[in-house]
Amino acid sequence: MPVRIEVFQKEKLPDRLGETVLSEIHALGAKGAREVRVVEVYLLEGRLSGEQLEKIGSELLADTIVQDFAYNSHLQRGKRPLPLSVAKGQYHTVEVVKKPGVMDPVEATTLQGIADMGLKVEWVKRARKYLIRGKLNREELETIANKILANNTIEDVFIETDSVPHERKPSAYNFHKVSIPLREASQERLLEISRQRQLSLSLEEMQAIQRYYQRIGREPTDAELETLAQTWSEHCMHKTLKGHIEYHGEMIDNLLGNTIMRATRELRKPWCVSVFQDNAGIIEFDGDYGICFKVETHNHPSALEPYGGASTGLGGVIRDILGCGLGARPILNTDVFCFARPDLPYSHLPKGVLHPRRVFKGVVQGVRDYGNRMGIPTVNGAIYFDDRYVANPLVFCGTVGLIPRNRCKKKVVPGDAILLVGGRTGRDGLHGATFSSAQLTEDSEVLSGGAVQIGNPITEKKLLDLLLVARDRNLYHSITDCGAGGLSSAVGEMGKDTGAEVDLEKVPLKYSGLSYWEIWLSEAQERMVLAVPPKRIEEIVNLFRSESVEATVIGRFTRDKRLHLMYQGHEVGGLEMDFLHKGLPRPLKKAHWTQPQHTEPDLPRKRDYTVDLKRILSSWNVCSKEWVIRQYDHEVQGGCVLKPLQGVANDGPGDACIVTPVLGSRKGIIVSCGMNPKYGDIDPYHMAASAIDEALRQIISVGGDLSRVALLDNFSWGNTDLPDQLGALVRAALACYHMALYFGTPFISGKDSLNNEFRRGDTAINIPPTLLISALAVMEDVGRAVSMDAKEPGNLIYIVGLTKEELGGSHYYSIHGHIGNSVPRVDAHWARKTMEALSRAVRKGLVRACHDCSEGGLAVAAAEMSFAGGLGMELGLGAVPIEGDIKGEDTRLFSESNSRFLVEVRPQMVGAFEKALKGIPYGLLGRVKKEPVFVIKDRHGRTLIHEGIYSLKEAWQSPLSTIGAGPVRLRRTRAVGS
Amino acid sequence: MGQVQDLPLPKRCLQKGLCLLYCVLYCCNCKDRSKACPCRTLNLMAKAKALVLRTAGTNCDWETEYALKKAGAEAHRLHIQRLLDKAIGGSNLATLFRDYHILVLPGGFTYGDDIAAGRILANILRFHLREALEHFLGEGKLMMGICNGFQTLVKGGLLPALYQTCPRAERRDGTGPAGDSGLPEATLTFNDSNRFEARWIHLRACSSKSVYVEEGELLYLPVAHAEGKFVPRDDSTLQRLRDSSQIVFRYVDEGGDGAGYPHNPSGSVEDIAGICNPTGRILGMMPHPERYVEPYQHPNWSRNGLNKEPDGLRLFLNAVKYVKKNLL
Repeated sequence: MPVRIEVFQKEKLPDRLGETVLSEIHALGAKGAREVRVVEVYLLEGRLSGEQLEKIGSELLADTIVQDFAYNSHLQRGKRPLPLSVAKGQYHTVEVVKKPGVMDPVEATTLQGIADMGLKVEWVKRARKYLIRGKLNREELETIANKILANNTIEDVFIETDSVPHERKPSAYNFHKVSIPLREASQERLLEISRQRQLSLSLEEMQAIQRYYQRIGREPTDAELETLAQTWSEHCMHKTLKGHIEYHGEMIDNLLGNTIMRATRELRKPWCVSVFQDNAGIIEFDGDYGICFKVETHNHPSALEPYGGASTGLGGVIRDILGCGLGARPILNTDVFCFARPDLPYSHLPKGVLHPRRVFKGVVQGVRDYGNRMGIPTVNGAIYFDDRYVANPLVFCGTVGLIPRNRCKKKVVPGDAILLVGGRTGRDGLHGATFSSAQLTEDSEVLSGGAVQIGNPITEKKLLDLLLVARDRNLYHSITDCGAGGLSSAVGEMGKDTGAEVDLEKVPLKYSGLSYWEIWLSEAQERMVLAVPPKRIEEIVNLFRSESVEATVIGRFTRDKRLHLMYQGHEVGGLEMDFLHKGLPRPLKKAHWTQPQHTEPDLPRKRDYTVDLKRILSSWNVCSKEWVIRQYDHEVQGGCVLKPLQGVANDGPGDACIVTPVLGSRKGIIVSCGMNPKYGDIDPYHMAASAIDEALRQIISVGGDLSRVALLDNFSWGNTDLPDQLGALVRAALACYHMALYFGTPFISGKDSLNNEFRRGDTAINIPPTLLISALAVMEDVGRAVSMDAKEPGNLIYIVGLTKEELGGSHYYSIHGHIGNSVPRVDAHWARKTMEALSRAVRKGLVRACHDCSEGGLAVAAAEMSFAGGLGMELGLGAVPIEGDIKGEDTRLFSESNSRFLVEVRPQMVGAFEKALKGIPYGLLGRVKKEPVFVIKDRHGRTLIHEGIYSLKEAWQSPLSTIGAGPVRLRRTRAVGS
Repeated sequence: MGQVQDLPLPKRCLQKGLCLLYCVLYCCNCKDRSKACPCRTLNLMAKAKALVLRTAGTNCDWETEYALKKAGAEAHRLHIQRLLDKAIGGSNLATLFRDYHILVLPGGFTYGDDIAAGRILANILRFHLREALEHFLGEGKLMMGICNGFQTLVKGGLLPALYQTCPRAERRDGTGPAGDSGLPEATLTFNDSNRFEARWIHLRACSSKSVYVEEGELLYLPVAHAEGKFVPRDDSTLQRLRDSSQIVFRYVDEGGDGAGYPHNPSGSVEDIAGICNPTGRILGMMPHPERYVEPYQHPNWSRNGLNKEPDGLRLFLNAVKYVKKNLL
């Protein structure tokens, strides 16, 4: 029997975590709960005396200033009573423990801590016990346990009883090679095999495999079939976007190549170092360094286990950067999320789906814990709310890296050893690649539990530290990360042009019992594969060992262009690389798109729009995301010179961040993003164009220019087997091509996540077509950076760019329950001219503050500038340059027309500023005021909006500031204007 | 960042136009760079040497090294395993840190902050490197713990160390001096908000003892932590901290007065943000001085203009100044 040590907050001290949990329980409707206290439980197996247990408790597990601990043991000596008032029977208890095989990094750390004390235990298991006081019946406890305390995908729950640790008998694996009879199989049988083994392969693909094995005259092994399914998955192959699409009678052969990649080809920018071929795209930064950027999606795992899904999503994209070229140093992260509204009524929640509030909090915590521990600043992001994301939340994680110019290329040499470094391999995440290419159903939680991985950022941080040393010492020829598809994907990809032979029994395992194909396909986290020349093996293994990172040679690269899988000397797989990578039949899919007709709203003219402004400011999509941003460390590495939160109180919404990758240098990079799924409901073409315009305007707003900007695309779409969904995608891709050419901004990398559809019975929820555009710009001198907050009273406020009758998909329509049809378009010719003129003005030092007009239009942008600066404004709409006939003042206030900026200019700079903008539409709106009042008047001088800036700020800050605070009311002192 | 390699010693001397002869001699005779530059015998070019100790999960080591170099120190990053290997290999523990004047435990999440922030590293220092550290500190040298480093120092008993003036003396027989119960004196625990928070905060230096700041100075620095709430064991511990002038930094508002959340981001007792040991040579602080050593790192430089001597840099400059005056 293991010893149980329980650690808990001293009874007289408040239990903050308990308080947060209590507020969640109340939000669930269980009002009977009165108090929650949290107990950390450690189960230790080993022979320990009472004295030793005291020592472990007081010097390792408990912080005795604020915590007490108790333990029981089979040794009677030193027995203490169990915690708090459990003995008094006052509390219900719920104990939550990770399922066997689910990683818990704390267990390993605890083992180490105990070893440091000179003591020894066999193993440690950890659990968390919730003590809940109040009138609750068994059913309520179960609901609380399942909805709030535990996630059944990865955790077991014990109600009113202690957890029972699993028997730790090492399960033996007896090797036997499994072949799957395929050559004679009927069509039905082929599909059945695909379904049973969760291969997610279509009949056509299964038939291609069948023909191959008929030709070579044998049956496939399970490992071969799994390898093919993984390599041919949508996730790894992008077969829809690279396949044939029939669109309105026209045949598109390789949509990606004909739109997004084509723009890059045609632009032929000399500063593009590596595009669409490596783990990430690389552009030139300066004479010494390149900058690489990759944005990944990790949607399906995050739907099931938000914390683990999001953290491993981030961990994965960081490894992409580590494995880009010969390895880059990650310098910043970006995170964009899409959820349903956090206040969605439980009654609207489909069965088998986690509540969006829980998904939201879990995802933020996952990204926070991984990013912060890796020591990479999270400086950019966005959160978008729409109820259609309820079953398919989207998690986009991006990482930018700094790479020496002479480390951008890699090449495997036949004879190189295959070195596996980092974490150990377990059953984690089997079938992740095929799973992420399939639809989610209400049973996904049960069926695909194995697809969830739990990350350990410290293992990855150790890898990062050492890989860069090994890179600089030239110890390897090539590197890639183990992501979706595990070793199969990594080795298969690296050995594509050479061939590879792997001895699967050499792979270090977390526990025994894995079959050879499980080892090959496991998606255990924090692993990288290196191609190491034989004479460097010893040096590199020793280097990794010196900081306790495991490095194991598991095979070698050959020159026969075949993949050989060996297990204890038996060949369990042998595939031609050519068939593996090129044998996939290219599908033909149909696509068409017709413009939907929404009702055109006719909103009444009003004399006062203050309420509308405040409603937009406090809408989920516009409101302050400070609660999230502050949980990310955006200062680590010391490079951030324009922060995500800006203004006199450091809480205004910055347009983009600027980071100096080389400390002490004034050369910087700007990262921004654009996305607006609402426009996609009207026309995905204009949605995509607007997203590109938005990402670029943010770069211009903070003082950048268009001369060296690279774009990334991330398509997250519904079921693309439906012609209208695919049609929408084609339109969006066409817009990407056109806009990239117009703006001169090539795409360098991208990723798609299709089939974000949730099925229950006959009903399906497809996510809105979602295109995330990320932009990366190089900035010559960060000393020219401009923040968005109004700076000094008396300065003038200009609007630059044309305002049009474009309220379709706007937040103004949205708060009144409409979509409309007049979607904002991009006039790329003028957009580019406007941006270039504004960049010139910034370079000349004529701009004091700049903010782009996006969600909520002119009124919201001006209000944000005003309260971020702690200063008032008095503006008039008379000088707003318009196109066409605009009747309503509401259009001037809230239209979301693209390519517009609000600019603050000092009075003495006015002449020079207007000269710099010659030929560009602009208008003088008014002035910054010392009095903290925000006023907008119409063309005739009548007041349309009149409100104190702190009241506007309160409206903007309140929605999310309450979400995570729990019952602890943290008083916020109001910022005082300077 | 930090990619600019420190120039080799002779070249540095050349650059300064000093002791050409010595440099020639050095190059001819001395292949071992770890030995002092002959210039040092003249104590003209001698540099303060700082060691940034890192381990699994440390993540502020690059910028800390940069800050120290910017302040004029020679700085190296070293993984603790190298020291432990030496310790296990039977090296004389007293000599492990011999070459250095400033030992810095930088920020990060050592060992994932599993169990409690800084706990595992603190135990490694206590159980494996105590003798080496005591020898180092006994020579009057400096030690800084920033964020996770502060958590480590407190959990390892190196701070506040109320009853120790010379850490070496009283530990010989395994018991502390009068007044030392052997129990932990303080801790850094979870923020009242119960979550990680990154924000810029104002500090007032309020100790006459610390070698790193002048009493009364106001500083503006970022914090980024989840476990930064300083809690002393009891009122008498707190009283003693006050009496012996060991409270180095308090969170204040922009006017320099005590204020609640968010100015005090963690709910720290008496707004304590940093403390020192009784000698003033060991400093622990939650805010990150190494993140404000360049003017452009300030969040509002585009509003208020550039500060030529950023607040964080001042701490490192003072440490280097102290070393030059007292230890070289």
